[in-house]
Amino acid sequence: MAETATQEFLHNLHELPHTVKDACFRLGKTPESEREESQATFHNLFLHIHSVRVHLRTLKPTLTFGLGLMATASFVITLITGVLLMVYYKPSTDLAYQSIKDIHFTVSTGRFIRNIHRWSAQLMVLTVLLHMARVFFTASYKKPREFNWLVGLGLLVITLALSFTGYLLPWDQLAYWAITIGSNIANSPRELTDAIGMTKLFDPGGLQKRLLLGANYVGQDALIRFYVLHVFILPLALVTMLGVHFWRIRKDGGLAKPEDPPGGLAEWGGEKRLVFQPLATKTYGLMALVKGKRPPVNRGPENTVMSWPHLFWAELSVFMVTVAGTLVLSFYSDAPLKELANPAIPENPAKAPWYFLGIQELVSYSAFTGGLLIPVIVVVGLALIPFLDRRPGGEGTWFGTSRERSIFWQSLFFAVAVTVGMLAFTVNHGWLRNWFPNIHQLWIIAINPGSLLVLIFAAWSLFTLKRNDSVRLAAVSLFTCFLVGFTLLTYFATVHRGPNWHFYWWPSQWPVH
Amino acid sequence: MSRLDPPPLNRRSFLSLASLGSFFAALGTAAAGMLRLPNPAVLPGPVRRFKLGPPEQFSAGSETPFAEQNLVLFRDDEGFYAISSTCTHLGCTVARSKDGFACPCHGSRFDSKGSVIGGPAPRPLPWLEVSRAANGELIVNADNEVPEGTRYRV
Repeated sequence: MAETATQEFLHNLHELPHTVKDACFRLGKTPESEREESQATFHNLFLHIHSVRVHLRTLKPTLTFGLGLMATASFVITLITGVLLMVYYKPSTDLAYQSIKDIHFTVSTGRFIRNIHRWSAQLMVLTVLLHMARVFFTASYKKPREFNWLVGLGLLVITLALSFTGYLLPWDQLAYWAITIGSNIANSPRELTDAIGMTKLFDPGGLQKRLLLGANYVGQDALIRFYVLHVFILPLALVTMLGVHFWRIRKDGGLAKPEDPPGGLAEWGGEKRLVFQPLATKTYGLMALVKGKRPPVNRGPENTVMSWPHLFWAELSVFMVTVAGTLVLSFYSDAPLKELANPAIPENPAKAPWYFLGIQELVSYSAFTGGLLIPVIVVVGLALIPFLDRRPGGEGTWFGTSRERSIFWQSLFFAVAVTVGMLAFTVNHGWLRNWFPNIHQLWIIAINPGSLLVLIFAAWSLFTLKRNDSVRLAAVSLFTCFLVGFTLLTYFATVHRGPNWHFYWWPSQWPVH
Repeated sequence: MSRLDPPPLNRRSFLSLASLGSFFAALGTAAAGMLRLPNPAVLPGPVRRFKLGPPEQFSAGSETPFAEQNLVLFRDDEGFYAISSTCTHLGCTVARSKDGFACPCHGSRFDSKGSVIGGPAPRPLPWLEVSRAANGELIVNADNEVPEGTRYRV
């Protein structure tokens, strides 16, 4: 090795592409053995959140339909397109609308990027809701996954908040009146405090409205606040909680699945396989050194496959499907932009995007009950599920315990009948204010079609609890009622509400004016 | 002292607890102080006293909508009165309908004196204070409510 420094330098220069590649990628080549595949997973920052091996049940598409991943994928798409839109968008009441028009008509690919942003946001709301339903009906919230159910619920709320703050930014008619209505819903505790005459002493509604608007009218202060929420605070909160969500999936033992029997034969994929039984003294890595509970460790390695490549192919394809779906939708359908905000006249009817129309229908009974009380009751009720239903069983299987499926169908028909009946009655006969014009507002806050629906659903769930002697079945009936109520109210407000929030069979029957 | 009694707090753990406590107290105070910032001390907003014109411009029995000001000015035999057209439910602008006013957003309905006759609105449409400027023009102060039935006589 009697080489000169010059020779060494030239040699290093020649080897540069290889040495840089080796420095960047720890494995440095396509893994060929299972040992290398596991290294590829846990030596990589972005992949090491996965376990090295994954259970075959987890990979079965019909367990999850990839819904959580789809929500994540749509979030990533909104994040990237959102940053691009920020380049041109100007958060000012004078310029916002024009800058959206610029993005739509002038900016290269601006219209397409905005469409993608909007469609992936809609897809995110939809997949987050469906993902929650999947987790519920596969009983995947049960111990030790209670905390992750709560994190997921937080993510749902943030997703809705992101959508809401998002459609305020163009400062068109939809935006202006949505801010007006939204901030007045925040103000609606006043309905209650006014009714019992204590607004002067205690005014949480006024405080909330002031915090949202930063002024006593809807203008520049409000726009900049919603902009900061939309582009910074809420995405940051979402990314943080998403990290916790993923981390807990891993720490809680992967996706929920039925336990394989230890040390016996387990049926999988039509054949019996031997299940590995760990020795009682076996400890796992770091777990040998620290006190506390061990994370659940897979007991059936014979039913697992390497995450690299099986899981990563699956994840990649869900990402591809999401991107492809969003692109197709964005190519054929433009994101709406209404007329410039006009503080004098709202549109008639002034409808929110679809995911808030159920709430808009509830709000049309009572602002406080429909806009705040019922949503809070729903979120608290959902949060309590894993703490009230604690009996293990059915994890990771659709309708896993006995009678779940029949309770689901019973509750579905019950909830459809009750919701349709309640809507039909309200449309035909009006409500308390129509019959007793001078009735005290407290009666309407307490008794309206929305609060009655909640009470009837709760009663039905208690009835299921008594009759079937099972907390899980009571939870199934309540959750099914919630899904049906949400879906039907959303459908009803989308299709059957027209100008002045009157009932019409079809939008084509709306009066021309 | 029995074996079951908890061990007395020693000096070291007392000091640790005290310093931890002061840390959280400081953090809480700082957070509360920071949360004061978004609560506006001054509420900026346009002046909501509107000059609507000389009284002669409005004949008896007339009703004149002012869209930008979100109010309707009435004149009957007893005098002038102004009714706000901002819905008391969630703040949309109501429009004139057959029986009074109707809200496009959530279906609140009011009669032509502003009383609620249907829908979710918790309160009647407010009647606003009418007065006159030095030059004789009518002024409506949209920030001042007056009891229903109050008229301003010219």
